[in-house]
Parts: sequence; C-alpha cells; structure tokens
Amino acid sequence: MSVETQKSPQPAPESETSEDRRWNTALRDIVSSNASVIVFAIIAALLMAAVLVAAANAEVQRTAGYIFARPSDFFTAVWDAVSGAYWSLFRGAIYDPEAQSVVRQFKPITETLTAATPLIFAGLGLGIGFRSGLFNIGAQGQVVLGATVSAFIGFAFDLPVGIHLIVAVLGGVLGGALWAGIAGYLKARFGANEVIVTIMLNSISGFLMSYLLTTDAFKREGSNNPVSQRVLDTAMFPQIMGENFRLHAGFLLALIAAYFVWWLMERSTLGFKFRAVGLNSDAARTAGISVNRIYLYVMLVAGGLAGLGGVSQTLGTEGVLQEGVAGSIGFDAITVALLGRSRPVGIIGAALLFGALRAGSPLMQTASNTPVDIVQVVQALVVLLIAAPPLVRAIFRLPAPRKEGAA
Amino acid sequence: MSAATLSPSSQHFEGTVVTPVSWKGPIAYGVIGLLSLIALGFGSPAGSIAQIVLSQSRDSIKIDALMVPARATVIVLSLAILVLAAYASYAALKRIKVGAWMPTIVGVLTFMSFLIWAAAGKDTTMPLAQLLAQGLILAVPLAFGAMAGLICERVGIINIAIEGQLLAGAFVGAVAATVVGNAYAALFVAPFAGALVGVLLAFFSIKYRVDQIVVGVVLNVLVIGVTSYLFSTVLKENKSLLNQPERLGELPIPLLSDIPFIGGILFNQNILVYLMFVAVIALQFLIFRSRWGLRLRSVGEHPKAADTVGIKVNRTRWINTIIGGAVAGLGGVAFTVMAGVGFGKEMTAGKGYIALAAMILGRWNPNGAFAAAILFGIADALRGTLSITGTPVPTQFLAMLPYLATIFAVAGLVGKVRAPAAEGIPYVK
Repeated sequence: MSVETQKSPQPAPESETSEDRRWNTALRDIVSSNASVIVFAIIAALLMAAVLVAAANAEVQRTAGYIFARPSDFFTAVWDAVSGAYWSLFRGAIYDPEAQSVVRQFKPITETLTAATPLIFAGLGLGIGFRSGLFNIGAQGQVVLGATVSAFIGFAFDLPVGIHLIVAVLGGVLGGALWAGIAGYLKARFGANEVIVTIMLNSISGFLMSYLLTTDAFKREGSNNPVSQRVLDTAMFPQIMGENFRLHAGFLLALIAAYFVWWLMERSTLGFKFRAVGLNSDAARTAGISVNRIYLYVMLVAGGLAGLGGVSQTLGTEGVLQEGVAGSIGFDAITVALLGRSRPVGIIGAALLFGALRAGSPLMQTASNTPVDIVQVVQALVVLLIAAPPLVRAIFRLPAPRKEGAA
Repeated sequence: MSAATLSPSSQHFEGTVVTPVSWKGPIAYGVIGLLSLIALGFGSPAGSIAQIVLSQSRDSIKIDALMVPARATVIVLSLAILVLAAYASYAALKRIKVGAWMPTIVGVLTFMSFLIWAAAGKDTTMPLAQLLAQGLILAVPLAFGAMAGLICERVGIINIAIEGQLLAGAFVGAVAATVVGNAYAALFVAPFAGALVGVLLAFFSIKYRVDQIVVGVVLNVLVIGVTSYLFSTVLKENKSLLNQPERLGELPIPLLSDIPFIGGILFNQNILVYLMFVAVIALQFLIFRSRWGLRLRSVGEHPKAADTVGIKVNRTRWINTIIGGAVAGLGGVAFTVMAGVGFGKEMTAGKGYIALAAMILGRWNPNGAFAAAILFGIADALRGTLSITGTPVPTQFLAMLPYLATIFAVAGLVGKVRAPAAEGIPYVK
C-alpha cells in the first residue's frame, strides 16, 4: 500500500489542499476556544434543554393555563419539572443517596465510567484526525469493525487466559485500523474526500455486521435473533470492582491510550508530522513530509483507537456482538472530540460528561418521565455553542479574548 | 493550491495536443459484460423460464406477464453489453466523446440480466413494474434531499444537515396533516421546518463561520434529539390528535396514466412525485439558465469575483441555504404523509446521507443527482422485492451498493467529480 502511495506522481489534487486549509482553520478555531466558553456553553445547553423538559411537563402545561392569575404556580411547576429531571439525571450518573444499598449508591458513577470508556477511545481517534487536518466521520464504522473482529476472536478461538484477551484486543485494533485505512488510502491515492468516504463506510459497516450475524460462523445456535455467541471468559476484560459493577479493565486501557496519544502527538516524530500536516499541509510537504503517507498513517492510528471503542463494548460491557452494539458511539465521539478540543485530557473530560448523561438518562426517564432523547439535545447544543464562541460570549456577555477577528 | 495547479499547465507540447486515451470506461463495461455473461447467463439454470410482470395491480390496462427463457435472454443481453464495450473502446481510440447514454444503457441491460437471473426457474414472478414504481417512491426523499444539497453547495455552503431537514419536514408534515385533517397541509408546512434547520445552518456557518461540516453533523444530532423528544412526550400521548396523518392519494394524469407499463409507473402517482419531477426540471433550467442560477453559481465558485460585480455574497448564501432547507423539508413529507404513516423516531435512517451521495454521484447537477436518486431508490426497492421472491444474494450486499458506488465515484474511478470551488469556505469581505 505504502509503496503505491510513494509512487503517486503529483503531490495531491489541487482542490484538496485548499480544502485542508479551511478545515484546519475551522478546527483550530474550535480548538482555541477557551475554557470559560466551554463551561458557559454547557450551562446554556442545560438551560435550553430545561425549556424542553418544562414544556413537555403536564403540570407545567396545566399551570400555564392560568399563568397570569397565579404565576407562582407556574414557576413552581417549572422548577419541579426541571429540578426533578436533572436531580434524577445526577442520581443516575454520579451518586444515588436514595438507593437502598451501598453498592447501589455507588453504582451510578461506575456506570458513567463504563459508558465513557468507548467514547474516550473513539474520541481520541477522532481527535488525532482533527489535529492532522482530517475530518474523519467514520468512527462509527471503525467501532463496528473493532467490535466484530474482537468478538469473533473472542468466541471462535480457544486460547489460554491472557493471550486470548490480547489477541482479541489486537484483532479489534486491526479491524478498526484497516477499515479507516480504506478511507486513508483513497484519500492519499486518489484525493477522495474523507468525509464522504467515511460516511459511506459507516453505512457499509452496519450492513456488513448485520450480514455476518446471519452467517453460521457468527450466529448463536438455536437463536433466530441476530446475536452472536457469547465471548469466552478468557477473552473478557477483568472486572475492576468485582461482580456487582460493570466497570471493566477497558477503562484503564482507555486511560493508557490517552497517555499514548499524548505521547504520540506531543513527543514523537510521527506525531510532529501529524500536527505539521494538520497545521499547514503545503508547508509540511515543502519540508519534506510525505503528506499522503501521513494521511494514511493518521487514519490507521485513528481507526485503531476507534476500533478499541468497539472492543471495549464486546469484550467488556456487552460480551456479545449484536446489532446496536456500537450504538451511536461513533457519532457521540465526534461531539466528544470537538468538546475536548482534540486533546487527550479534554477528551477524557468530555467523554466523562457525555458518559454521565448517557448513564443517567435511563433513571431520568423512569423517575421523572423525561425521555432519554433530551441527552442528544444537550450534546448537540453544547457542541454547537462551543463551535461558536462569539455566540456564547454574546449570550453571557463575556469579554472577547484579545486576539480575535484574524480569520 | 498554486504548486499543484502549476504542474499540469507548465508542460509544453510540440504540435497538436492529443488527449490521452481513457480506458477506464471500456474496461469497466467489458468486465461487467463478461461477469454478466458468465455469472448471470450461464448461472441461470438451462431451459428455465423467468416470469417478468409488466403491470401493477392498480393499472387500468393489464399486460400479461412476460415469459422469457432465462439463459438465452441473459446471454443476448450480456452480448449486447460486450458490443457496447467494443464500441466504447473504438470511441476511446478515436477520441470520440461518448455521452451519458452509454453507462445508462449498460446499467439497464445489467439490471435486466440480474432480474432475469434472480427470477429464473422460480415459481414466483418478478414484479418489474411494481419494483420500478416502488423505486420511484423511495427515490422521492433522496431526490428532494439531493436538490437541497445541490442548491446549498452550489452557493458554497456544505449541507450535511439534509438528514435533519428531512426529519424535521417529516415530523412537522405529519403533525400538520393530522391537525388540519388534510394530507395536503403537510406540503405547505413541512418546507418551513426544513427552512428552519437551514436558518440554523446559515446562522452558524455564515454569521459565526463555524466549520460547515461540524454544524451539519451537530444539527442532525440536534434535530434527531428534539424530534425524538417531542415524539416520546407529546406525540405518543395524543397519537390520534397529532400523529395520524392521512395518506397522499394517487392522482392519475388522464391519458398518460393509461400508457401500458410506463403510465402506471410515472403518471399514476401522488402529488409529491410530480413535484419532484417539476423540481428537478425547474432546477436544471434555473441553475444553468437563469440570473438566480448564475449568481448562485458565481458565489459558490468565486465569491470575490461575485462580490466585485455587486452580488451580495453572504446574503445570497443566506437566502439559498434557507431555500435548500425548505426543499429538503418538503422531501421529508415522503416519510410520513406520503406513505400515510405517523412519525417515528429517527425514521429518516440515514437517507439524508444517501441524498448527499446522490448529489455527488450526480456531480452537482439536478439531472444527474435525480438519476442517482432513482438508482438508489430502485436498489432499495430491489432489496425489498428480493426478500419476498427469494434472493440469490444476501440483501445486505444489495443495500451496500449505493454506498460502494459513491465511494468509487469520489475516488475518481468513474469519472472526475468536482465540487464547487468555494464550497465550505466562509466569505469575509
């Protein structure tokens, strides 16, 4: 593959370079938005979502009928609806003082960490892409491939303890890397726009998995549902906190991966080249960096990380491969990477936030009748607002940073 | 940009300039022809009959099902493809430009071979007319979505939010049709929902110069979240009041709808299908032949030049992004009211992205995008049909075809695809 890229005669199609440049500036803008904007964006998003929560509440609707006669009733109802929803979200995501046992009380925070694990992996992969000037929307497909390959190795092979897990994890990494590598190769060799290619690969991966789940190699015997066999215990991540919690060693691996990404991007030669290409691909090319080959490498690394997101689902949380095992991890990871400003620490923070929303939403639905879909609204609003710092500053009348307007 | 543009133009030629012979087309057609001959032709059981039905149950004039000997017919069709491939090679050598009819005919012949092969020796019939009519229906949201994407991209705004615009149109259309009690109400209200998403897209990408792909992706998530939320809270509780739209009925066009085969497919459809025809024809004319279209394209290709001659770049972008959103919103009606079903969570299921793919395959031209949408629609319908008649290929692979085709297209394997030059770049005076 790499030999062919080397041979490609012209540096790159012309449209691509200008395209890269504008994505770089846009991504840099997102990256450089400061911390206060992030905090205020989260607050603003929660407030906007609160409007939806209140509007759908029956009590609020009833009291709104006589709002001018007794406004206090209305505002009490709004407060009850919103605080009830967010309180149950907190109980479901962090700590539940109303639960009966100590295990139950502390379970929410471990659920948050479990939900955050695949988001950290996939977010790290996307972050590398963003910083290297590649807009990889394909984390979803890479997660699916990582999950598929690791699950297959997990249930189809019989290997000793330890080695089995390692082989399965590496298989998942390879699956995700190769899937992303398709987009990287097409970009490097033909200048194919990675946004379109990765979107298409996402859909293809879904069909591929649903086909595989109908084949004898994957399908569970005696089951008509598209569910794979169970991953053998030898290939499962160990539970960190015992049987009562779902938190598994994949979370620790995610933290290690974050450290690895930091080292890769900040300390290694390859990472330096990644960043150089991301900041200015023309300059990087002039400096002797093979930009096309870097595109391929970036996609391979990013895909491998996103593949780990799938691995942590099949070998950690779920234990089987089935439709929906990847959920919307790949798409949520885009918002995670944007919110985390593509930096490892930021991504962990963002993944914990969205993991908390995800973990807390079921309890919110049962306890306060607020559908889980509100979580998506909050996520989207947070990222939209963070992408437009001037808007957040205008809403909260924050001072503009000194260096602005030099677009 | 400068380094890359210089290299091809800086070469000097002595004497007449000769364009290189492009073998991509002929080779592709040849391979398709051979595959069709070997896999489909000799793959059909000898002496088997394929039953092809050419009329639908609702047609006034019915034609008898066509009984064709499978192997012989597929071999003849495959040979025809090989003849076309031979002509394509001849044309390539002589450097004659071959029009779009060539891939179209090759495509139709391959499609027919495939259908006959799939139906060969089966007791069940292959409902060709119904398949095509169904494909046309399934193409409606794709075509409207592709037109929306095309308007926005031609003016320089990447519209990834087609998915969200379709979904918003589907939601609001269903509610409007139910509340008013008339399916046609959806057609007037749904465009506003799509336009609203267009406003958000314009607001963030033009006013705040946020990366357009980021805005698009996030707007999709936002619309999915908001519509799903409202569905779970408001619509579920009051289904009969808010989410039980009537179906858009068929409006047969007199005389035309009586034409056998074609009439039933093209001219016995609901109003949204006719609107789709009108939109495609009108846009093809307006974009390339009207003042509006010229301004649109100039802003998308070279905003600075457009500004110099007095076109207000950002205003043009604002207006047309909203128009694009409205077109997609109208297309969203296809999911709910056109089919006569209520709104469901995430019911667009990625169709917005396929619409985007159709637009790219159609090379940012209304006619081309429409053809691609039809292709995707038929592929989708084929999947449904084959799962009933029994399928020789896993349906999942058929479902992948549109996506694979798009990847091949953007990789430049089937002709060069070029986006409007200023697409995605915010304009700053």
